[in-house]
Amino acid sequence: MEEPRVGVFICHCGINIAAYVDVPSLVEYARTLPNVVHAERNLFTCSEEGISAIKRGIGEHGLNRVVVASCTPRTHEPLFRAACEEAGLNKYLFEFVNIRDQCSWVHMRQPEEATAKARDLVRMGVAKARLLEPLEEIEIPVLPSALVLGGGVAGMSAALNLAEQGFEVHLVEKEKELGGTLLSLNRLLPGNGEAGELVNPLVQKVTEHGKISTYLSTRARDISGFIGNFEATLDCNGEESTVKAGTVIVATGAEVLKPQGAYGYGQFPNVITQLELEGKLKRGEDIGQNVVMINCVGARIPERSYCSRICCMTAIKNSCLIKESNPGAKVWVLHRDIMAYGVDFEEAYHRAMELGVRFIRYDLERPPEIGGNGKADKVKVWHQLMGREIELPADAVVLTTPMLPGTDNEEISRMLKVPLGSQGFFLEAHLKLMPVEFATSGIYICGAARWPTTAPEAITQAYAAASKAAAPLRRGFVKPEANTSSVNERVCSGCGFCEVVCPYKAIELQTKNGRTVSHVNVAVCKGCGTCAAACTSGAITMNHFTDSEILAQIEAMVG
Amino acid sequence: MATAEFEPKILAFCCNWCSYAGADLAGVSRMQYPPNVRIIRVMCSGRVSPELVVKALRSGADGVVVLGCHIGDCHYISGNHRTKKRMAILRGLLSYMGVDPRRVRLEWVSASEGDRFAQVVTEVTREIKELGPNRLFTDQGQEKR
Repeated sequence: MEEPRVGVFICHCGINIAAYVDVPSLVEYARTLPNVVHAERNLFTCSEEGISAIKRGIGEHGLNRVVVASCTPRTHEPLFRAACEEAGLNKYLFEFVNIRDQCSWVHMRQPEEATAKARDLVRMGVAKARLLEPLEEIEIPVLPSALVLGGGVAGMSAALNLAEQGFEVHLVEKEKELGGTLLSLNRLLPGNGEAGELVNPLVQKVTEHGKISTYLSTRARDISGFIGNFEATLDCNGEESTVKAGTVIVATGAEVLKPQGAYGYGQFPNVITQLELEGKLKRGEDIGQNVVMINCVGARIPERSYCSRICCMTAIKNSCLIKESNPGAKVWVLHRDIMAYGVDFEEAYHRAMELGVRFIRYDLERPPEIGGNGKADKVKVWHQLMGREIELPADAVVLTTPMLPGTDNEEISRMLKVPLGSQGFFLEAHLKLMPVEFATSGIYICGAARWPTTAPEAITQAYAAASKAAAPLRRGFVKPEANTSSVNERVCSGCGFCEVVCPYKAIELQTKNGRTVSHVNVAVCKGCGTCAAACTSGAITMNHFTDSEILAQIEAMVG
Repeated sequence: MATAEFEPKILAFCCNWCSYAGADLAGVSRMQYPPNVRIIRVMCSGRVSPELVVKALRSGADGVVVLGCHIGDCHYISGNHRTKKRMAILRGLLSYMGVDPRRVRLEWVSASEGDRFAQVVTEVTREIKELGPNRLFTDQGQEKR
């Protein structure tokens, strides 16, 4: 290996770092560190000036390792890596030192200690940088087709969007027809258009599109592979087939809670859910003069803490529809808080009040009580403002229940190796930076599978997911991060621990020259390093986070 | 001359996706915590082999904290399950080696838990201060035994 020539660039970040850390002394200190041939400070290293300083440093001082001490790699590593690349330096020869988020900002009242800590951190960064090795990113070809799981409004919108861009789409729906939850709904807010007006043309377009193959009554049984080359085994009533796709979109939707046992549900025939009410309204069935709705049934309780966020609107929508078709009807909405976000929903809430829908707040300590024999005929509720219990007559009691994660979520999560959040919905890679992507490349998420959504939100997310899924399809290849693990076959004992611990099945034992050794598929490896930590022979190197690099950081810390 | 208060040096392994992000959030939120912890970023807490922890203690770190995503939230699906098992075994072995197992901690901090990160650092620093310097592998430590 050529002698490391390390350049250290220390950022003032305006006053964010420089007001608490003595940056000039830090630069002087950096110059004393082994293999550091250049150190300088910049007002903002991420500015155009700072970036050119890095490029200039690489040229003028022959730097072959670059260290930037500034904010956080989570936001700025790509920028500095790109600067290195532009100056002809492999981007894996760059090391980030975080002296702002993890130093100056958290020790604002201890500038001396903050400076001392920054010295340690720079020393650790340089120690690692000296050992960094260039890594090459491989190019993986991408099949120009997508697999969409779920034929509801989200899945259909995503499929159609991709097909219109010219890509082949395999659309898989477990039910015997397309449409998903919308098939059971009556009218949709805002605008109160019939759900059929949205879903029927969509189904028709999808069905007629030459680029979309639809698989009904079908479930994915197994999905293997990785971005560019997924292979799914589909099961249609016991008949198996396989399809291949470059990217995958999860649009499997959600379920609606049936609150067995709550408020006489399942016991009294006139205690129904909002979803069942939608069916009755759709069919034009009479539901009686007095309707009591109870919101947050099974939601925002200790065992299911989340707010399903669209159910208040469902109650408001349906109470308006009842009042509009029968102004003499009485509708009470018993709620714990009203979630009516945005312009349209707030308007609907006001409209409900104007129509005479009564909103009464209850809390978990005093939930409403249902009375009746054979059928529910009254609801008692503690009126918080009156300070006493009141009794409401009821011909129908409508329970507003939350959306639940799909019952197949766990199976899909295991198949695709994508995570579920604590509530059981699919968890995107980053709420703001990667809202429709999973951390696993090539797999995307939209609609109620991710979180309870309205139809317009599901469509927006579907378009977002489709555009994200189209990017690699259009490019035709992907270049995954090169920090994958590699095996020194001479040292490998073939024990297979690494194969067991790998969360991505990226490692398998192979027989090479008569010996059983571990083999890493770098296209599948995500670079977690669990295998390297498990290897008892020291045969596995986690590139960019090698044992020697980490040990150098440790030594530098205490040194 | 009065003896200065013992200021431990504590190493924290943070996973890139949760705990490192949590540490960043503590900074963005300007939460103030003791300056005794130095972070080494790894992609997953599953990268942290017990060997690295022991080597940190041997090198003179007064304490080591391994921080990962909460169980079930691991970016690499199950990496932190491995960490949990490994660290449990390691802590048992530490007592066997004569190292107070309190010098090594495993903590889960999510990307949204800046406050929890600051709290963990504060707690760990206080505890290691109470335990005093890690002398086990130094000459003084050998003499004491």
